Amino acid sequence: MSLADARAICPDLATRPADLAREAAALANLRRWAGRYAPMVATDGVDGLMADISGVPHLFGGESGLRDDLQARLEKMGLHATSAIAGTRGAAHALARHGGGIVADGRLAQGIGHLPVTALRVDHDTAEALARVGLARIADLVHLPRAPLARRFGAGLVLRLDQALGAQAEPVAAEQDAPHFGVRMTLPEPIGKQEDVMAGLSRLLERLCAKLAQHRMGARRVRLELRRVDRGTAQVEIGLARPMRDPARIAALFAKDVEGVDSGFGLDELRLSAPVTEPLAPEQIGGSPTTRHDDALADLLSSVGNRIGFDRVLRLLPAASLIPERSFLLAPAAYSTPEPIPHRTRVARPIILFPPEPVTAASGTPPASFRWRRMRFTTLRATGPERITPEWWFDDPAWRSGLRDYWRIETQEGPRLWLFQTPQTPSWASPEAQNWYVQGEFA
Amino acid sequence: MLLRDATPSDPLTLLRARVHEAEGRGRRAFALFQAVRHQGPLVWVLPSHVPELPMLRGLPEGVGERLHVIRPEGEVDLLWCVEEALRSAPIALVIAEPDKPLSLTAGRRLQLAAEAGRTTGLLLIRAGAGSNATETRWNCEPAASAAADSTLHRWSLNKNKRGTIGIWTLNWNGASPAVHMVSEARQRHEPQGSPR
Repeated sequence: MSLADARAICPDLATRPADLAREAAALANLRRWAGRYAPMVATDGVDGLMADISGVPHLFGGESGLRDDLQARLEKMGLHATSAIAGTRGAAHALARHGGGIVADGRLAQGIGHLPVTALRVDHDTAEALARVGLARIADLVHLPRAPLARRFGAGLVLRLDQALGAQAEPVAAEQDAPHFGVRMTLPEPIGKQEDVMAGLSRLLERLCAKLAQHRMGARRVRLELRRVDRGTAQVEIGLARPMRDPARIAALFAKDVEGVDSGFGLDELRLSAPVTEPLAPEQIGGSPTTRHDDALADLLSSVGNRIGFDRVLRLLPAASLIPERSFLLAPAAYSTPEPIPHRTRVARPIILFPPEPVTAASGTPPASFRWRRMRFTTLRATGPERITPEWWFDDPAWRSGLRDYWRIETQEGPRLWLFQTPQTPSWASPEAQNWYVQGEFA
Repeated sequence: MLLRDATPSDPLTLLRARVHEAEGRGRRAFALFQAVRHQGPLVWVLPSHVPELPMLRGLPEGVGERLHVIRPEGEVDLLWCVEEALRSAPIALVIAEPDKPLSLTAGRRLQLAAEAGRTTGLLLIRAGAGSNATETRWNCEPAASAAADSTLHRWSLNKNKRGTIGIWTLNWNGASPAVHMVSEARQRHEPQGSPR
């Protein structure tokens, strides 16, 4: 039914757009859960799961027992699902989408014979062509000679038919589970001293880092959850300036936060996980002085970032723009690498840049004298102008005044300033007609 | 144990493993001049409310790639960041811009951190906001020059715990490590030989 039809029947219909990413995540979770019925479970399309239950049903009291158990549990979860058990993947797929049920061993053709041909996973055109010649059900196809069928409707139909009837093998390709980077430790007696927690943490870290090394990953965030005996939890989370799997260095970053944890009547469970990981190839550690320096610098950035936030530990990166404010970026140092700075342009640039500050009492072009920050300056030498035009493809409020003519002004008082004028500003916009601003200071 | 470094022969070289101060309008140029002379990673601790940013394309050669800008909020975090950076061995130079005058305790703590990490520190302070614990204090002012292609700086050493004070006028263009001292005839203002 289309949405327009549904709206016509029920005007108050509440609709919500499909969230495919979350649906896929939910299906992946369900796939993990379905691991309780079979070792090999794969997702089947966007709305199905396929499990290879060979050798399993007797644990649940037969195939019908297994299916009832599955249906009951899904019902309990609030999911209305249809399930089918058949000897082949194709037959189970077809039956599950047309009512569900169980096909007994060796009775595949009879079990799925009454289903329409669309259940065979054939494309729309083939299904339509089959319907046109009056082949509506799978049972109609089973007895037909294969060669004319393939010649007329393509090899795909025959393949799907063979797969459904078991003439062609089709295994369940279960995808591999993503590795879970988490370890935990349960203690027989509660602990409360900081040294004890750190000792437990270092044991957990060794296991976690071994697991990370096995998968060639490095942690970017590490979370320590501490459970108190009264079921309360405390959580300590740290960030790392670069992917890392060195237990001693990660433990050092935890030391400060573990100190502030309220242990209450004692802690009896530690749980350590790495929620954010990045690939980290095996590398020589602690060898050359350069490596050690890099490590120490990363440790400094980690500890500073954990206290004041990683978005406040920055690095200057060049950007391809002639606009002074956008000619460089302040990027978080933990998530960027230093880039070589392009060759210096012919025109000099100031060492310090700040938002434009208007000058007052400017006289002439370039101003022979002006006041800025309550100081009087007299121009000794002026170099310029250098005209910079705004980037029309960005709407930058600071550049709405149009072109800027930049001047390097050396003053009698000493400071060498970067002034600009906005010649396009209409005179009615600024009554004094002094469009002079200071934006930087030269060395 | 306190290791005493020999007083550097070049008067413009900052003593290693100590914290220094610079004030005046040319203090940021002085900081960049020192940054060029230190090999290794640089840290500039800049409070988040300060609008003046180092402009990457105007920085001296080789400084921009090595520079890390830390922008803490509040004086306590700023001092903590400076101390942490000073304690870290691979950092060559830590430049910081504190808002308030440092207390003697804070200044002394920074000196101890610099000694522990063998790192040089340079605090860019407001005029008259110096701390007694500093090793040297420089007053830096840009100077007007008669010639068109010279950018003069007048850097006067007002306080020195381990040597004489003095005033230097030099020509540094803000790009290369090379400087030219400009000799200027002048009278001695300070008593001979006795450090303040």
